[in-house]
Amino acid sequence: MSVLEIPVEKWTGKIQEVRLGGNGRKSIVVGGESTLPFLHFEGSIPNRPAIAIEIQDTEPTDWSPWLLSTWGDAVKSPVTWAKKAVEYGADIIALRLRSAHPEQGNTGAKEAEKVVSEILSAVDLPLIVLGPDVAEKDNEVLLAVSEVARGQRIGLGNCIDKNYRTIAASCLANGHVVIAKTPNDINLAKQLNILLHELGLPLHNILDDTTTGSLGYGLEYSYSVIERLRLACLTGDEMTSAPIICTVGEESWRQKESKVIEGIPPSWGEHEERAITWEALTATSLLTAGASIVVLRHPKTVELIKKISTR
Amino acid sequence: MTGIEIYKHLPKTNCKKCGFPTCLAFAMKVAQKQADISLCPELSEESKQILEAASRPPIRLVSIGGNKRIEVGNEVVLFRHEKTFYHQPGLVIRIKDTEPLEDVTSLVKEITDYSVERVGLKLSLDGFALANESKEAESFANLVEAANSNTDLPLILMSTEPAIMKLALGKVGQNKPLIYAANRDNWQEMAQLALDYQCPLTIFEPRGLSQLAELTEMVGQKGVEDVVLDPGALGFAESVDTLTQLRRLAIKKNYRELGYPVITFPCDNTASVEEEIVLAAQHIAKYAGIIVLDHFSPSAIYPLLTLRLNIYTDPQKPIQVTSGVYPINNPKKTSPLAVTTDFSLTYFSIAGELQSSGSPSWLLVCDTGGLSVLTAWAAGKFNAAKIAKTIKQFDVANNINHQSIIIPGYVAVIKGELEEELPEWEVMVGPREAMDIGRYLKQNWMAHSIPSPLKGEG
Repeated sequence: MSVLEIPVEKWTGKIQEVRLGGNGRKSIVVGGESTLPFLHFEGSIPNRPAIAIEIQDTEPTDWSPWLLSTWGDAVKSPVTWAKKAVEYGADIIALRLRSAHPEQGNTGAKEAEKVVSEILSAVDLPLIVLGPDVAEKDNEVLLAVSEVARGQRIGLGNCIDKNYRTIAASCLANGHVVIAKTPNDINLAKQLNILLHELGLPLHNILDDTTTGSLGYGLEYSYSVIERLRLACLTGDEMTSAPIICTVGEESWRQKESKVIEGIPPSWGEHEERAITWEALTATSLLTAGASIVVLRHPKTVELIKKISTR
Repeated sequence: MTGIEIYKHLPKTNCKKCGFPTCLAFAMKVAQKQADISLCPELSEESKQILEAASRPPIRLVSIGGNKRIEVGNEVVLFRHEKTFYHQPGLVIRIKDTEPLEDVTSLVKEITDYSVERVGLKLSLDGFALANESKEAESFANLVEAANSNTDLPLILMSTEPAIMKLALGKVGQNKPLIYAANRDNWQEMAQLALDYQCPLTIFEPRGLSQLAELTEMVGQKGVEDVVLDPGALGFAESVDTLTQLRRLAIKKNYRELGYPVITFPCDNTASVEEEIVLAAQHIAKYAGIIVLDHFSPSAIYPLLTLRLNIYTDPQKPIQVTSGVYPINNPKKTSPLAVTTDFSLTYFSIAGELQSSGSPSWLLVCDTGGLSVLTAWAAGKFNAAKIAKTIKQFDVANNINHQSIIIPGYVAVIKGELEEELPEWEVMVGPREAMDIGRYLKQNWMAHSIPSPLKGEG
């Protein structure tokens, strides 16, 4: 029998360590791994993956009934919602400025400033603020948020190829972290990182959102894009070293499996358990591929994912 | 091995019995994996062993069961994007012989009949692990018989007592169950049973991979070839570590003694059903060949089966449907026309929703090389010109007497361009999500007056 030697890869790269929060508020560091996820025998994994709980600035009208029943009246007030998310064990609060969407309220800089200031003073967890995902509106509200949260080192997204200059410059000026979003493509992700870096943004100020596909709806694409980015970074490509954030809750809870009540075949099983499992399996798979932050919606998923990621 | 290296071991007589004109030609074909070395009837025993060992896959393909089978192993990569994962792990449910037999019978039937449809495929569970929890021979034999007479799915027989295993194999051995397990105390007897009944054998050794390799080699020397490994990996990070090491040893080091599929037990050492399913999910992505669960609950099994489908999809070959015009719910000429891409998931999502909405409709599928709506649009493969071209290509106008087309909400931005491409047409922006199409049609199409010019009769 040949001698058994456990194969250990000699990786040359390392994921960036990115800090959110601090300066009087609680802080969290993600990234820093010098190996693939969970492979403690091979390298250092200094920080466990972080869990963000998603809240919105306005009462959601299209959320699954099981999310609404779980959060109850908290969804009516972003501050109450944020406090409840702290109780449920969030590491980070991820606030989506839904009301700024042109078709869902079209609120502007004033409203965004107000809600962000309120949340910053109500809870001391690190904050991520996401715009409505419409490039021009994102610019408007995120710039205002960046000013009002100056020095609090929040995450600001999404920064895409269309608007990266404005958001990146503001993050640089106010000490925030950019969330760079690209559509499921390793080369586009790398390219946006390069563009941001060329603007003068240090790599430890960037998180990548490579677009999340939910279980059953493109998960395998996200899985492999993340795994390839991790491998590219570990083999020495610094422009692919940003920790990856996945909007797991948003993607998995909008699918039929998590939302629809009527006309469902019995083989799908009990509704709420299935919906939670849908979110949990999406999160687990992407963490196994190499994600550093998962943004979740259901407290039970938070509890479960926290348990596995701390072991 | 190269053709020349193989050629050195051949008889060099050019006897043509293999079907090739010369030994060299045959060697070249073997090197390209287009011919099997066993076609040469004149090989010396020594050459045969060398050549067969060299052509063995790094992870042996192991088959469990009779008519219905679990086939696992034969993987060639560590990451699915490098090629693909070939043999999806078998998902089996464990039943203990301490359960009442009536319960066992109904559970076995329920699980055997369970299936769920997704993207046109039928997904189901793969078998049962029958556990000799009672340590008694009779209850185990009863369990095995009860299960076997109610399912045609493969079985895993779990007992470390050779005499009890023998009794069970006497009843169901012809269906090639997986024997679980040989360990360092019982391996000689278990290996003999595997040989006598021609069944695959699990080797359980939790002390470490070196010890596991030693035991596997000893079992191999007894003549057992179909082996499944149980390294006893339990926890979250721990099991990914162990399974990664095993896969790397097989693929990167060609380490023969551990070149077998691995069985895992997320059902042990997890505190709840939810944890069991999450750990099973991790084992699907990271390298299990057979995954044993304790709980059968459709709300957990359906997501798990979906995940297995996702991870084992060939990344280089998106599942596509053929482009064209698809009739849904017997549409008439007045029925609405919607357009989407040929990515199978996109197609099945929207077609499924249209079908369950009850509205008769036409679904036009554009060839985008198997991309979803947004990805195809971003790649320039689902734009106004492509849609206009596809309408002409399939002579869509022949199917309908109106000129309205519903585009996916995600590509609302192409409305203007499409109106330029199709000046006679009305372009309607549908919902972003497939699940909203039924409601959309009720609100927007039923009230929709058919625009002129009218063509043909309804």
